[in-house]
Amino acid sequence: MNIWLGTIQLGVKSLWLHPMRSILTVLGIFIGVASVIWLLAISKGIGDEAQRQIESLGADTIMIRTIKPPSEKMAAQGLTPYGLTRDEYEFLSTSIPTVKSAIPIRELRRQFQYRDRKMDGRLVGCTPEYYDVNKLEMEQGHFITDAENFSKETHCVISSKVAERLFPAEDPIGKRVYMPENQDFYLVVGVLKPKGATAAVGGSMAAQDFTNDIYIPIRTLQQRIGDMVMSFRSGSREGEVIQLNQITLRVADIKDVKRTAELVQTALSSHDKMEDIQVVVPLELLEQARTTRAMFMLFMGMIAAISLLVGGIGIMNIMLATVTERTREIGIRRALGAKRRDIIRQFLVETSVLSLTGGLTGILFGLLCGPAVHGARLLATHWFGDVMAELPEVVRTVEPSIVPASIPGAFFISLVVGIVFGIYPATRAAKMNPIEALRHE
Amino acid sequence: MSRLAEVKVSDASMDTMRYACRVVEMKKEYVLKSETVRALRGVTFDVPEGDYVAIMGPSGSGKSTLLNMLGCLDKPTSGSLFLGKDDVAKMDDDQLASIRSQRIGFVFQAYNLIQQLTVVENIQVPLFYQGRPLSKEQQTRSLDLAKMVGLGQRLDHRPTQLSGGQQQRVAIARSLVNDPYFILADEPTGNLDSRTTEEILQLFEKLNNEGRTIILVTHEDEVSKRAKRVIRLKDGLLQWDRLNTQEVRDAAAKYAIENMPVEV
Repeated sequence: MNIWLGTIQLGVKSLWLHPMRSILTVLGIFIGVASVIWLLAISKGIGDEAQRQIESLGADTIMIRTIKPPSEKMAAQGLTPYGLTRDEYEFLSTSIPTVKSAIPIRELRRQFQYRDRKMDGRLVGCTPEYYDVNKLEMEQGHFITDAENFSKETHCVISSKVAERLFPAEDPIGKRVYMPENQDFYLVVGVLKPKGATAAVGGSMAAQDFTNDIYIPIRTLQQRIGDMVMSFRSGSREGEVIQLNQITLRVADIKDVKRTAELVQTALSSHDKMEDIQVVVPLELLEQARTTRAMFMLFMGMIAAISLLVGGIGIMNIMLATVTERTREIGIRRALGAKRRDIIRQFLVETSVLSLTGGLTGILFGLLCGPAVHGARLLATHWFGDVMAELPEVVRTVEPSIVPASIPGAFFISLVVGIVFGIYPATRAAKMNPIEALRHE
Repeated sequence: MSRLAEVKVSDASMDTMRYACRVVEMKKEYVLKSETVRALRGVTFDVPEGDYVAIMGPSGSGKSTLLNMLGCLDKPTSGSLFLGKDDVAKMDDDQLASIRSQRIGFVFQAYNLIQQLTVVENIQVPLFYQGRPLSKEQQTRSLDLAKMVGLGQRLDHRPTQLSGGQQQRVAIARSLVNDPYFILADEPTGNLDSRTTEEILQLFEKLNNEGRTIILVTHEDEVSKRAKRVIRLKDGLLQWDRLNTQEVRDAAAKYAIENMPVEV
C-alpha cells in the first residue's frame, strides 16, 4: 500500500519536473477522451432526433400513400385517375382484423385568405383520428368531430402558424377562412399548438411539417372540392384525379404491424402495375434508424478511438525519451535496492498518472458538451447568421446527448492506454544494467 | 574460459559475523565480442567489522569490477562473496537488490542523488525499496542522519540547491540509513575540492571511530593514507594488502590541513 502511494507521489513529482512536457502529453489523452465523449454525444443527439421524428409517425401505424405514377403509365390524353380510392379505404378499415382504425386523408395545396391577408398552405381532409395519430394538441377550440364529418360541415381547424399569419391580432375562433380557388368559406372551430416536423416518408414527400395546415372533414372536402383538382403552374394547366392521398392504419397490437403491412401490400397488389402507391411502415423505419444510428455511433467512436491511440503513442514517445533521460536515476535506484519490478512500477505509475489526468480532465470537458455546443451555436448565429441559416436543419438544432457508458468507458480506455503504452518504456527501463546505467551521463 | 570449480569455503562459514564481508577466490570474466577479459583472477580478502579499507590500483586493475561485486551490482563468475552468512554469488537479481537495500551503503563519486526528491526523501530511498512502510523509528533516524551530516536546516532542499560537498554529505547520510554492513564509497572525493574532501574524509573517520565499516575505492594516495588498511590490485590480482600505521594516517591528515588553500 505504502509503496504504491509512495510511487504515485514520486511519479507526480517526476512529472512535475517537466511541467510543459507533461501537460502536452496529457493533452493528447485529454483530446482523445473528450472527443470520444463529444462525438458519441453529438451522434447520439442526431440519431435521437431522427428517431424522435420517426416515432412521431407512430410505431403502431402503417401508412399507404398515393404517389404520382411515372408519366409513361399515364394516359397521353386527359387525366388518369390514380392512387388510393375510398373503396379501398372502406375495405382496409373493415376487413383486416388487426386494424384498430383507419384514417383517410386528402391533401391539397391551397391559398388561404382572411380579409386582406393571404398565405399558401396545405388543406387536409381527414377524420377525427388524425388528431391522435399525429399527436396534435389543441391550443383552443376542438378538432374536427365525427358529427362534423358526417354532416359535411364547412368547419376547419387551423395550425398555429396559420392562426398567426391570418389572425395576428384576433381570436380566430368563429372567423371564416376564405379559399379563393374554390370560392369557399370555412368556419374556424379550433387552433392547434405548434408542432415539430416528422420524418420524411419515402421519396415522394418531404418531412411533414404541420405548420401551414388547415384541417377540414374529409367528407366536406369530397363534396365541395371533389377528386379532380386543377392547378395552374408555370403557365400550363395541370390536373390530378385522386380520391385519397393517404390511408393511415392503426394496428391494435404492435406485434402485428409487420404482418398487417404484408397483408395490406397483398390487398393492394392491383396498384403494382401503376406504381401509384407506397406502403410506409414507421416501425421498419424506426428499426432502420436504430441500426443506422448504431453504425454512425460506432464509426464516430472509432474516429475518437484513433485520437486516443494517437494520444497513447504520444505517451509512449515521451516515456521512452524520459527513460533514456533518466537512465542515471534508474541506475541509482537499482543500486540502492530497487528491483526490476520497482522500476517497472515506477514508470507504469507515471504513464498511468499522465493518462488518467488526461482521462479525468477529458471527461470533465466531455460533460460540458451540451452547454458548449449551445454556446458555439449561439456565437455562430450571432456572427455568421447568414451562413448558419443555410446549414442543414440538423446542424442548427442538434442536441448532444451524452452516452452514459462513454464516461466509464473513456476512463477505462485511458487507463488501459496508459498501461499498454507504458509497458514498453517501463520494461526497457527495468532491463537496464545498473552498472551501465550508473555510468550513463 | 572455463568456469572453475568453486573453491572450498568450509572455514569461511564459521565466525562470519565478525566480518562485514569476505571475498574468497573471486574471479570475474567478461566476454567482449570474441575476446574474454579476465577482470578479476582470484582475489581473496576479509573485511572485519569496523575496518576502514582503501582499495587502490591503476585503471584496468579490476578495481571497478571488484567494487561492482562488493556492491552486489554484479555477480562473480566464480568464487564467493559473503555478506554475513549469505553468499552473494549464488543470488538472483531480486535477491541482490534486496541485499543492496538492506546491507550496503553506497557513496558515489557523482553523489547520485535523485533530483526530484528533497534531502530527507533522498536519505530514505533505500528504506523505500525495502518494501515496508516507514516506521517512526526510521523516520527519526533519517532526520537524525541529516542533522549528523550538518543538513538539519536544509531538509526540504532539492539536490540542485546544494553544493557538491553538501550533496555528498546527503549521500553519506543515505548510505547509513539502512544500517548497512559496510559503506562502499567509490571515489567519494573525486569531484570535490581539497577543503570539502577534507570535510568528507573527516566525516568518514568519525563514522569509522563510531564502529562503521568503510570500504573506499580511490586512486589518490592522500586519500588512501587516511584509511586503516590499503588493498592494492594489479592485473586482476591482489598486489598487496597492508595496514597504515597511525603515524601515517595522522601525518596525512595533518598534511592535508596544512596544505589547504587559504580562503580568499
